[in-house]
Order: sequence, then C-alpha cells, then structure tokens
Amino acid sequence: MHAVREMNFALSEGETTAVVGESGSGKSRAFLAIMGLLAKNGRTGGRAMMGDVNLIGLAPKQLDIYRGKDIAMIFRDPMTSLNPTLRVKTQLAEVLVKHRGFEKGKAVKSAVEMLERVGIPEPAKRANAYPHELSGGMRQRVMIAMALLCQPKILIADEPTTALDVTVQAQMLDLFKTLTDDFGTSLVLITHDLGVVAGIADRMMVMYGGRAVEKGVTDDLFYDPRHPYTLGLLHSTPHIAKRAERLDPIRGLPPSLEHLPKGCSFNPRCAFAFDRCLNERPPLTDTGNGREKACFYEGPMTYGKVA
Amino acid sequence: MMDQNPINLLEIKNLKKTFAISSGLFSWPLTLTALENINFTIRRGETLGIVGESGCGKSTLGRCILQLLSPDEGQVLWLGQDLTKLPAEEMRKRRQDLQIIFQDPLASLNPRMTVGEIIADPLRTLRPELKKDERRARVLKTMEAVGLLPEMINRYPHEFSGGQAQRIGIARALITEPKLIVCDEPVSALDVSIRAQILNLLSELKDEFGLTLIFISHNLSVVRHVSDRIPVLYLGRIVELATGDEIYEDPKHPYTRALLTAVPIPDPKLARQRNIDALKGEIPSPINPPSGCTFRTRCRFAKPFCAEQRPPLETIDGGRLVACHRWREIEVPEEAVLGV
Repeated sequence: MHAVREMNFALSEGETTAVVGESGSGKSRAFLAIMGLLAKNGRTGGRAMMGDVNLIGLAPKQLDIYRGKDIAMIFRDPMTSLNPTLRVKTQLAEVLVKHRGFEKGKAVKSAVEMLERVGIPEPAKRANAYPHELSGGMRQRVMIAMALLCQPKILIADEPTTALDVTVQAQMLDLFKTLTDDFGTSLVLITHDLGVVAGIADRMMVMYGGRAVEKGVTDDLFYDPRHPYTLGLLHSTPHIAKRAERLDPIRGLPPSLEHLPKGCSFNPRCAFAFDRCLNERPPLTDTGNGREKACFYEGPMTYGKVA
Repeated sequence: MMDQNPINLLEIKNLKKTFAISSGLFSWPLTLTALENINFTIRRGETLGIVGESGCGKSTLGRCILQLLSPDEGQVLWLGQDLTKLPAEEMRKRRQDLQIIFQDPLASLNPRMTVGEIIADPLRTLRPELKKDERRARVLKTMEAVGLLPEMINRYPHEFSGGQAQRIGIARALITEPKLIVCDEPVSALDVSIRAQILNLLSELKDEFGLTLIFISHNLSVVRHVSDRIPVLYLGRIVELATGDEIYEDPKHPYTRALLTAVPIPDPKLARQRNIDALKGEIPSPINPPSGCTFRTRCRFAKPFCAEQRPPLETIDGGRLVACHRWREIEVPEEAVLGV
C-alpha cells in the first residue's frame, strides 16, 4: 500500500509551512518517514535533503546524529510522547547530554531555562514533576521545550494543538510564532484546522489520498483556491464571525489508500470532474506565481455546484 | 410535530453537583464542585449550545439533565415534572423523550452487535410491546433519515468510518422519537468535511422531527453555527447566558470575550489583523477555586474587590444574563470582540 506518493517540497529558514488534509491523507506518514519513525514494514524512497545530508535511507544510528538535534518532531498527544516514569528535567537534560555533550548539572539548568522560555510558570518546580502531574497544555509545552533544546533547524509539529482548549491553543500558536522569529526554526505544521493555518502559516500544502493536490502561499490558497478539494475544505469550515444557515460539505467520504479511485483520487467527490479525471491522474503542475495544483479542470469554480 | 404545550420543555433550577475526590490514604477526602447554582430553561424547538474549556462542567451538566448522574441539589423539571425525584422505573419510561449522542462514535457502539441491533436496542427496553417486524421497519426508517443505506443493517461497527459511525449513534438516539437530544461533542472526533455533513444532518433532523437540542462543544465556531442560545460555563458556573448573536457579537463577560478572541479564524488577512488578547494561564483547579469571582485570576479587568464577593448572575438588557462585577465599566471597542 502506498501511503504517500510523489511528494516534493522545500522548507526555508524561519518559515512556517502548513500541511493540510484529513485522516488518511498521508500528511503525518510523510513526515514520520523523513524522521525514520515508520513501523518496521514501512519503506521510504526518494530524498529528504537537510543541507547536504539525505535523511532517507540513513541507518538509525546515523539518523540519531540529526534527530532531536537538527530536526525534531512533536505530536498531538504529549502524554504518549513523554516517559511517564521520568521527571520532566531528567527527560529534558538527557537530550542535551546526548546531543550537545553537556554535563548533567549544566544540562538541567538549561532545561529549566527552556521551560521558562516556553511559558511554564515556576519552571524549577515543574521540572521536578512527572508528566502525569501536569495539565495537557503544560505537557505540550514540555514537549516543545524538549524539541527546542538543541535549537533544531526544522521542527515538525503534528496536530500540536488539536487536543487543547482554544485559550491554550492561542498561547501555543503565539509561542510557535516567537520561535520561528527568534530561532529561525523552520516549522512544519501538520493540521486539519484551517483556522490555525490562517493564523500562522506562510505557505501551505493540501494533501488528498497520499498526494499533494495544491501548494502555494497561504493567502493565495484561501482567497483563490484552484483545486476543488481546497475549495471544499474552506466551505466545510465554520467561521466564527459568520453564521451561515448551512455548511457546504464535500459530499462522500475520503478514499481508502488501498483502493484509490482510478484517475484523480478526488473524482468521486468532485463536482467539476469530467471524462479525463476518471481515467487519467492529474500531475502536480506549476501554475505560475509559485503555485502548483494537481487538477485538470480549468474553468471557474462557483461553490453552489459543489454542495 | 410540535404541540402547543408549555413553551419551556426543560427547566433547570439551582442545580449542584459535587464529586468526592480521594487524595490519599491518610487525608480527608476533598470535594470537587463540578456544577453550582445552575439555572436556565430550554424552550421547545431551540438549540442550546453549552460552551467552556475542559473541566468547566459542561458534560457533567448534560449528564445531570439526563439523570445519568444524580445532582446533589436542585431540580431538573421536564414539562414541570422533577426528574431528580422520579423513581427509576418511571425515569426509564421518560428516557424515550431524552436521548444522547456521544463524542467518540466508535467507542459508543457495541462492537459485537450489528448496526440493526444497535439502533433497535433502545426500543427493546423502552418499547417492548413492539413486534419484531415493526421494530425492523422503524430501524430502516430511521437509518434512511440519517443517511445510512438499508443494506448496512447487518454490518458491524468496525466496518464504518467515524462519520458513518456517528450516523449510527444518531439513529440510535432518534429511534425512540425523543423530544430532546443532548449532543455531547458530537463532531469533535470527525474530519472537517465529515463534520460539516453531520452538522447539516443534525439541523435537518431537528426541523424534520421538531427536536430540541442541547449541543455541548468546546469548538466555538461550531456552536455559533448551530445554537439559538448559549450559556458560557466557567468552573462549574454560568458566567453569561444570551442568544447566539448577542454572545458572538456583543459579549459582556470578560471570559466570553477572551474565549472568542482565541478562536482561530479561517481567513489569513483577518487573522493577521487580529489583536489576540490571549488569556493567561489555565483554568484553576475546581477543588480549590479562587475566592469571589472565580475568573478573577485570569481576568485583565479584575480589581481587588473581585476577590471578595462572588458576582451574582444578573439579568441585563433584554433578558440576557451576566455574572461580572464590572461588565458595565468595561467598554470594549467593537473590533476587539473577535479581535478584528
């Protein structure tokens, strides 16, 4: 089964890239592959260049030189990513000892400083806590602090705020903004929430059925979507400042990756599909102004038709 | 479908619910006050959206209304009859009228029962007089209403995606022809495009069957979309109650305002213009809530006297309610409401 295919993208320093899609679109898989975190039966092909290093195909030992240090990943559920039997400070200090050769005392001190930096009140006290003693928002901050200890060049955040309340989510997004500005970290935000994307992402990539279907600058995709799926996602998202009588959802269900439809994967749900879409798969093509889309339809897209 | 009976379907009076928390072998048990002094009415045919952060008591409230939890004090009046005083057998009969839809659709369906059995289950208990073929006919009719195909009747829940599973949950709630359905985070576990389908389905069913809905959610954009009136809960108390438009366009309580400015807007230009006045810190522990106004520890308008007295829930213009000592003084320019 192919979970992700033909994925190409570039990240720039200090820039935030949002990867948008629904469950099973391959948005998380792609980055787990880059991090060497796929299950044993997972195979990855292609290249993922960080500077001159190709991360794909590196042995786990070699990958460990970069993982955590130059490229870090945080997940949706912080509780399953933290070791429940170790104090927060122990887990944080370990990263510095391992990757930067700090001696333990200094490592703990830096860890506490980082906790303060990510907005944890009374960091010295919280550093002594075990993960279960902290609230969800605090745990996610600890995860972020851990990911940032080595000032990674790339931070991959997989649905980092999905499990949090809106108020805590707003604090987290603020924190991410400060981090990309201050550390020059390149942030990859994997999410299904277009509200979060609008507030933070410079560029975005929309995924469907394991492929990127539209890429470009965030504003372009929001105000002038060129792929019917992007348009459908925008119309499925309730807007707090508007009370529409009905949402216009995309009809049907996302495809199973094992049985992708022939031709364009989106064609069974697409209101604009024509003969060609049923037989031929549209390649991701450059449409100028730094935009790319994978769709044969070139005419106007009025939303009434989709609903 | 609506009869001309009393306009208020449900009336909640002075509801209080506490939980005893064991804090260790040798210490006194602590009391967590999950809900206190809850008063409101639900009118026939309306959708009441209950919002607040995790731990504010919104799900507990839904469960107290359905008598899945027994409140410590107060009344839950269903068409004037107090459900908290009802004997178990009587309450069981009442349950035809009051149903619930849960957040995690797959977890709330028995994996060893077929779709048909799951949907028919409430009828077995609540309408035992129905014959087998009558029951089946009802199941098929309900399946059609929620958009499930008749051939799915013999399948098992694991064969369904989240959105389809939620349709099964909705069918199970609908089959007894209830008057009120408590929807506890019904779309939170669903993907964006599927979420929109389920929200539309709920609103269609509401019109078709003349339902009254209690819609519990932490997603304020979703609540805005569906609700007629909204109580905002903070640490187990109602801090503001008003119509959807009043809450979203002219919130009076500082907590409501802070919640609204934290909601992400799917519009990059507006999002950039927004001046988010992010709420500091997290919700305090309900075991040991702050004195006076419980929101004061996170409120940027708090004054020393806010710590002394708990603000009463007072009725202000047009019958909306707010519990804040300073709501009159804190004039916030209009653009600050959504931060745009």
